[in-house]
Amino acid sequence: MSGLNFINPFGVREDPGTFTGDFYTENFSRKAKPGTVILNLGPQHPSTHGVLRIVVELDGEYVIRAEPVLGYLHRMHEKMGEVKTPWQFIPNMGRVDYLHPIAWNWAYVGAVERLGGIEVPERAEYLRVISCELNRIASHLMWWGAFVMDLGGVTPILYAFEEREKINDILQIVTGSRLTLSYFRFGGVSTDVDERFLRLTKEFVPYLRERLKMYKALVTDNIILRRRLEGVGPMGVDICQRYGATGPILRAAGVASDTRRDIPYGIYKKFDFDIPSGPTNDSFGRYLVRLAEVEESLTIVEQAIKELPAGAIRIDKAPKANYKLPAGETYFAVEGARGQVGCHLVSDGGTRPYRIKLRAPGFSNLSLFAEAAKGTLLADAIAILGSLDLVIPEVDR
Amino acid sequence: MELTIANFVQIVIACLLIIALMVGNAVIMVYIERKAAGFIQRRPGPYEVGPRGTIQAICDSMKLLGKQLFIPGNVDWLLYFLAPVMAFLPVLLLFLPIPFGKYLVALKVDDGILLILAFAGLGVISNILAGWASNNKYGLLGAARAVAQSVAYEIPMIMALLAVVFMAGSLNLSEIVERQGTWPWQWNIVFQPLACFIYFVSLVGETNRAPFDLPEAESELTAGFHTEYSGMGFALFFLSEYANMLLVSFVCATFFLGGYKGPILDGFWWTFIKAYAVMCLIVWLRWTFPRVRFDQLLNINWKWLLPLSILNLWVTAIVLKFIE
Repeated sequence: MSGLNFINPFGVREDPGTFTGDFYTENFSRKAKPGTVILNLGPQHPSTHGVLRIVVELDGEYVIRAEPVLGYLHRMHEKMGEVKTPWQFIPNMGRVDYLHPIAWNWAYVGAVERLGGIEVPERAEYLRVISCELNRIASHLMWWGAFVMDLGGVTPILYAFEEREKINDILQIVTGSRLTLSYFRFGGVSTDVDERFLRLTKEFVPYLRERLKMYKALVTDNIILRRRLEGVGPMGVDICQRYGATGPILRAAGVASDTRRDIPYGIYKKFDFDIPSGPTNDSFGRYLVRLAEVEESLTIVEQAIKELPAGAIRIDKAPKANYKLPAGETYFAVEGARGQVGCHLVSDGGTRPYRIKLRAPGFSNLSLFAEAAKGTLLADAIAILGSLDLVIPEVDR
Repeated sequence: MELTIANFVQIVIACLLIIALMVGNAVIMVYIERKAAGFIQRRPGPYEVGPRGTIQAICDSMKLLGKQLFIPGNVDWLLYFLAPVMAFLPVLLLFLPIPFGKYLVALKVDDGILLILAFAGLGVISNILAGWASNNKYGLLGAARAVAQSVAYEIPMIMALLAVVFMAGSLNLSEIVERQGTWPWQWNIVFQPLACFIYFVSLVGETNRAPFDLPEAESELTAGFHTEYSGMGFALFFLSEYANMLLVSFVCATFFLGGYKGPILDGFWWTFIKAYAVMCLIVWLRWTFPRVRFDQLLNINWKWLLPLSILNLWVTAIVLKFIE
């Protein structure tokens, strides 16, 4: 037809017959049933929180199939660990999971200490617990705000950020940074706490307890939120077992599994705290478990601050840049905000580890999504995705 | 009504004033909304541009005006450009029969509310066109949601308004205001609390505002039916959203809150005060609640609002019959 092209008056961009998108979508769509829509959620979608990409097959608004596509934030942390000395690799651990970096600090430093047989002074152990738990609270608060934002409530995230800022202020005193914290050193921690740190932490604990009551009244008891979450995305023990889910997801399924209790590390044996395991295994159960964990972390921080002993924060001959790891193999696991954070370390006796494998809880937890999202509405799938508490840099590593 | 030159001139002038009102309202409401959101979220809101950030909205609209008209690939460009215009135009007509003051009515018609309800249905067509024409799956899903939602929430809305129409015995908006007294306890909200509540819930649904903002649903559909619009196309959707909000608030003020009548000195200022109070309530809702799910949205309507509004209509009719 000559004359005006009504479809594309300003010149042809792509021929609609040949343009099918990228390799993954094309192959995904070959298995699609007739009459369905392939929808690409991400990597720049508002509720994937980072660069997770999910290809979804939709029938109307019902999700028939959902497949996460990973690798948009792959930074080769494991390979980097093999070409750097252990001392050089510590800052990397703050960048794997930007919401709970202290747990990753601990996983790597703990693995090296276990392999090298390095003792840690008692004061340093207390400081490790305090910083790790404060960081866990910050991570859970951040998740809480972002999760409610996924459900359409924009305001709570700004409240959560205020609390998180306070924790950042506290941790900044000892770590010097606010996001990619790297506080741990082999045989101790980098800096001792001062008066201001202790005062701010002591003030923060009762303050947050009051705030949590307000959050319950404002958000948890809200009828719209409850209707959106109750019964959505149930994940029982069997599915958690098959995919290796840990952390709040497994606990919401009714298993009181926590690395701090199961494989005790550091001085967690000394503290009196509960492992909250949820009444329901749906999204609301996971929500409640995380909020309960914040309270438990506050109890641990309170006890640790009270019993904080005097002494050195690092052993005298702490390993430095020229440290040679003894030959051997070890696995050290800690409880991160999202589940079991592990570091598998193999050394052949050189200055650099032979192999590092990082166990990211987010990766296992994300694997549940494809099965849990099947047959739900798109809005429910987003809620399930949010309830998994994913941090994409950690998933991709 | 006979169409004379005087009438025609009057309507043209009224239309121009209404356009001014719509644009002015959008500028003011953007400022109010952002400041209210800032207050609720404990942050300052806009404060850099102009005194206390008052010029921010104008600067934003200038930016939108200055943007390039961008067409994504493979769109139906006629419908793509028509949709924002169609969102904007019917709103103009909707304001004609609203009695802002006793004598401040653009078009005195006997069945004003019929005119409003008839043309209000046109708004959703622009949403369908926008979602369909922009060749985007998010847009299509948003458009599908918009249709189902708009069709559903129109019915209880009409039912709630009909109860008031029964009481007034007229479809004329001025008449309905005249039937109400000057004091708050003489307003229809006292005699028809259920109808007022149903109308308020449906107006939130009808104007696609949170917690019923499913056609836009940022965390699910990125921006819903206007995902592919930028610049002036987006600005027109934005403008029509605020104009629709203003319209339903004016209807709410007229039907349930006594219109231009007030305790001291009747006049158009009372209509505006009441309408903006309703708007502030809508803004407050948006920044407080999470979004409902789509099936829940329809359940609220078909299982609760519709039966309740029918019941309310029956009871009103029976009571009126007995009073006679």
